[in-house]
Amino acid sequence: MLLRHTPDEIKERKSLTVNPAKTCQPIGAMYAALGIHGCLPHSHGSQGCYAYHRSTLTRHYKEPVMAATSSFTEGASVFGGQSNLLQAIDNIFTIYKPDIIAVHTTCLSETIGDDLPQIIGKAQVTGKIPEGKFVIHANTPSYVGTHVTGFANMTRAMVDYFAESNGHKTEQINIIPGWVEPSDMHEIKRIAAELEVPVVMFPDTENVLNGPQTGKYEMFPKGGVTIDELISTGSSQGTIALGGLASGSAAKALDTKCKVPCEILDLPIGIKATDRFVDALRKMAGVNVPDTITIERGQLLDIITDMQAYFYHKKVALVGDPDQLISLTEFLVSIDMMPIHILTGTRDKNFEKRIKKITADIPHEVNIASGKDMMLFHQWVKNDPVDLLMGNTYVKYIARDEDIPFIRFGFPILDRVGHSYFPTVCYRGGIRILEKILEALMDRIDRDSTEIAFDLVM
Amino acid sequence: MRSIQILKERKRQIYHKGEEAFEIECEKKSLAGSVSQRACVFCGSRVVLYPIADALHLIHGPIGCASYTWDIRGALSSGPQLHRMSFSTDLQEKDIIFGGEKKLYQALVKLIELYHPNAAFVYATCIIGIIGDDIDSVCRRVAEKKGIPVLPVHSEGFKGTKKDGYKAACEALAQLVGTGSIENRGKYSLNIMGEFNIAGEAWTIKKYYEKMGLEVSAIFTGDGRVDKIKRSHGVKLNVVQCSGSMLHLAKIMEEKYNIPYIRVSYFGIEDMSKALYDVADFFKDNLQIMKKTRELVREEIKAISPEIKKYKKILSGKRAAIYVGGAFKAFSMIKALRTLGMEVVLAGSQTGNEDDYKLLRDMCEDGTVIVDDANPLELSKYCLEKKVDLFVGGVKERPMAYKLGIGFCDHNHERKISLAGYNGMINFAKEVFSSVTSPVWQFAPRKRGGYKA
Ligand code: SF4
Ligand code: SF4
Repeated sequence: MLLRHTPDEIKERKSLTVNPAKTCQPIGAMYAALGIHGCLPHSHGSQGCYAYHRSTLTRHYKEPVMAATSSFTEGASVFGGQSNLLQAIDNIFTIYKPDIIAVHTTCLSETIGDDLPQIIGKAQVTGKIPEGKFVIHANTPSYVGTHVTGFANMTRAMVDYFAESNGHKTEQINIIPGWVEPSDMHEIKRIAAELEVPVVMFPDTENVLNGPQTGKYEMFPKGGVTIDELISTGSSQGTIALGGLASGSAAKALDTKCKVPCEILDLPIGIKATDRFVDALRKMAGVNVPDTITIERGQLLDIITDMQAYFYHKKVALVGDPDQLISLTEFLVSIDMMPIHILTGTRDKNFEKRIKKITADIPHEVNIASGKDMMLFHQWVKNDPVDLLMGNTYVKYIARDEDIPFIRFGFPILDRVGHSYFPTVCYRGGIRILEKILEALMDRIDRDSTEIAFDLVM
Repeated sequence: MRSIQILKERKRQIYHKGEEAFEIECEKKSLAGSVSQRACVFCGSRVVLYPIADALHLIHGPIGCASYTWDIRGALSSGPQLHRMSFSTDLQEKDIIFGGEKKLYQALVKLIELYHPNAAFVYATCIIGIIGDDIDSVCRRVAEKKGIPVLPVHSEGFKGTKKDGYKAACEALAQLVGTGSIENRGKYSLNIMGEFNIAGEAWTIKKYYEKMGLEVSAIFTGDGRVDKIKRSHGVKLNVVQCSGSMLHLAKIMEEKYNIPYIRVSYFGIEDMSKALYDVADFFKDNLQIMKKTRELVREEIKAISPEIKKYKKILSGKRAAIYVGGAFKAFSMIKALRTLGMEVVLAGSQTGNEDDYKLLRDMCEDGTVIVDDANPLELSKYCLEKKVDLFVGGVKERPMAYKLGIGFCDHNHERKISLAGYNGMINFAKEVFSSVTSPVWQFAPRKRGGYKA
C-alpha cells in the first residue's frame, strides 16, 4: 500500500502539509494568461518554478505549454530582478514576437519586493515594448493563496490593463468562466450561442490547450481572447462571473472600473447551477431559452430519473478547488447521493459555509474543510469509508489503497485524457458526470457480484 | 514554418557540424526571457535524493515546490514507499516575514515521530535563501533530539542549474557515507552510482554485477536505503553512471576513502558491454570475474541480436533528434540509435559542458546540429529542416514533437520502461519502432510520412 504511512488517528498539524491538495499561484496565472490570444506568460523569478508549472500544465493537457522566465541568479535575488525583466521583455519581443507578455511573480521576486508596474513602466519608456504590443502583470506570491488565487489575479489583471468603456453599452455580455477546461469554455460559449447572446469570454483557452495535430508547431495557437475583445469588455452590458473565487475579483473590478454590472454565480456544474446560469444569461440579455436547451436539460433529468436507484444514498468523498466543489456537491445532493467528505486545499471561509448549507439535510455526518491536505482527506475516508472518490489524479493512491471507485475531476489530471475535450459544465457536462459516476459504480457492482448475482441488465 | 530569429547571444550556443569552426558556448545561465527547457537547483537535488525510500524528504518552502515534485519520478522501491509522499512546511506570509525555522523544527519532529524514518533530508528552496533561515542549525538540533541523521540540502533554486543541485545532493549524501560499519565487506565490492531505478533499471544492473561475481554494496540512489549508504565506504570501486549527477560524491569518496571510480553508461549494447568489461578489468586480479563477464555479455547479446536485427532492418536510415538533460546521456543514445541503423541529425542538452560538446561533435556526422540549452522554436525549426523521424527527449518536448508529427521516445524520468542493460535495448528499439512506424503518421499533415510497409 502506497499510503500505508497514513495513520488512522487524526491529529492537528499546523506546521506541516502532507500530500497537498493545492499548488501555487503562478501556475494559475500561467493558465489564465494562456487564455489570451498571442500571449506568452512570463514567470518573473528563477527557472525552476516555471519549469514545474510548464511541465504540470503539459502533463495535464498533453500540449506544448509556452512560457518564459526571468532566470533569476544569485545576483538578481540580491539586487532585484529589474534588469532581468527588462532584458527578458526585450528578448521575448525580438525572438518569440507575442502580442502580449503576461508577467506573474514567484515567491522569490515577491519576497525580494520587485515592483512590477515600475519595471514595466521603465520598459515602456525605454522603448522595449514595440508599438501595439503589451506587457501586463499580476502579483502571485504563493505563500498567500493557492493556484486558484493566481488564476483570479491574472484574470483580474486583464480587466485592470485592458477593459475600457467607450461611453455606451453594447449588447455584448462578458463571461468569466472560472478555472475550467477548454472543453468547458467551449460548452459555455455554445450555450450562449444557442441563446443568441453575443459574448466575450476571458480567459479562453479553447484552441490553445486542446489544439489539433497540424504538423506545425505554433507557439501561439489560434484560440484565446483578443486584446480588442478585452478592451471591449468595458462597454458590455453586463458580466457573468462563474465561480466566485476564480472569477469574482475580475468581475468586481470591471464593475468598479467601467460600471459594467456583474452577476457572480456558481460554476454551472449540475442541474441547479446550470439553471441559474442559463437564467441569468436569459435575463441579462433579454432573450428566451430555446427548445434546444430545454431538451438538453430534459435529457439530463431523464438520466437522473432512470438511474435514481443507483445514486440513492451512495457516499462520496470529494477533494478539489472551492468553486468546483460547491457546485459538484450541490449536484450530488440533488441526485440523492451523499457527499460526506468535502475538502479543499484552498483556504476559503465562504466555502465551508456554503457546503455546510448544501449538505445540511444529508442524513449522515459530513466532514468539511478548507485549507487542508490529502492526508486528512485520506484519514477521513479511512475512518468513514465511501462508495466513490472524486478528485484530481493524486487521489488514485487513496483509491488504490482503500479499493474505492474513483473518478478524476479537477486539476491536475496527469494520467487520463478527455478533460480537454468533454465538458463537465452545463447540462451536457452533467450527463458526462453522471455517465462517469454510473460507470464507476456499476463496474464495481459487476466486479464484486457473485457469479449467481452477476447481472446482464442494469 | 516562418523563419525564426536566433538571438545574437544564443548563436554561439548552436553549432552546425561541418559548416563552421567548432566553438560552442555552454554552461551559461539561460538568457532572461528565454523559453528554456531547464529546471532549477532544487529539481536536481530532489531527483537525485528522491529514490531513497526509507528517508523523509521534507521540502522547506512555499507549497508549489513540493506539489510539483510529489512522486514525479518512477524510481521504484522494493520496500518502503515513504519517498512517494509529499511533505512541505507550506510557508505562509507570516513565515516569510518572521522566518520559518520554528515551523521547520516542529514539522521535522512531528514527521520523525510519525514515520520513524532512518534519516531526513531537508530541502531549502529559493525563498529560504532569501529569508535566511538557518536550516543547518535546525537540522542539527533535530538530529540531536531524535537520534537520526537530519541533513540539510542547500538547493535554493536560483543558485545555479540542475547540476548544482546534484552537487548539493551529493554533499548531503557525503555526510551519511562513512557513518556505518563496513565489517565483512568483500574484496570484490562496488557501489552503483547515478542509477535511480526508473522502471527497475538498477535491479537489472545489480543482477549483472552479481552474475560477474561481484558484491553490490549500495546503489546511489535507486531503491536506496539509508543504512546501505552509511556503509558504502567499504567498497573497492565506485561505478558512476553517465549523467554526472553522482560524480561529485564519487570524487569526495575518492579523496576521503581512497575509493577509485570509473564512469560508465548502461544504455545501448556497446556502452553496456563496455561498462561490464571496464568493471571486470578493474578487478583483474581475479580472472574468474573477466571470464564470467565475457560469458554474460556473450549470452545477453546473443539473446537479443535477432530481435535487434529485425528492428534495424526497418529503422535503417531514419533520422533522430536528441535533446537531453546531461550531455553524457546523448553519447550512449547516439550509439544506440546507430545500432538501430538510425542517424542522429540534431543533438543537444540542457547542461552540457565544453568537453561534452567536443565529444559530441566528434561523434556526429557532418551536417548535424548541436545545441546547448535550446528553446522549442529552435528545436522545432531544426526538426523540420532535418526531416526528423524521431525525437528523444523529456516531458516538455513530447507534445512539441507530436504536434510536428514526429515519433517520440522518452529517455527521462517519466518513462515507464527500463532502458538500461541488454533488455533495455530491446525495450528502446521497440519503443522507437512503434513510434516511428506508427500508422498515425499517415494521417499527419507532415509531408514525409511514416513507415510504409
Ligand atoms: S522556488 Fe526555487 S527551488 Fe522552488 S521550484 Fe522555484 S526555482 Fe526551484
Ligand atoms: S517558489 Fe513559489 S512560485 Fe515557485 S514553485 Fe515554489 S511555491 Fe511555486
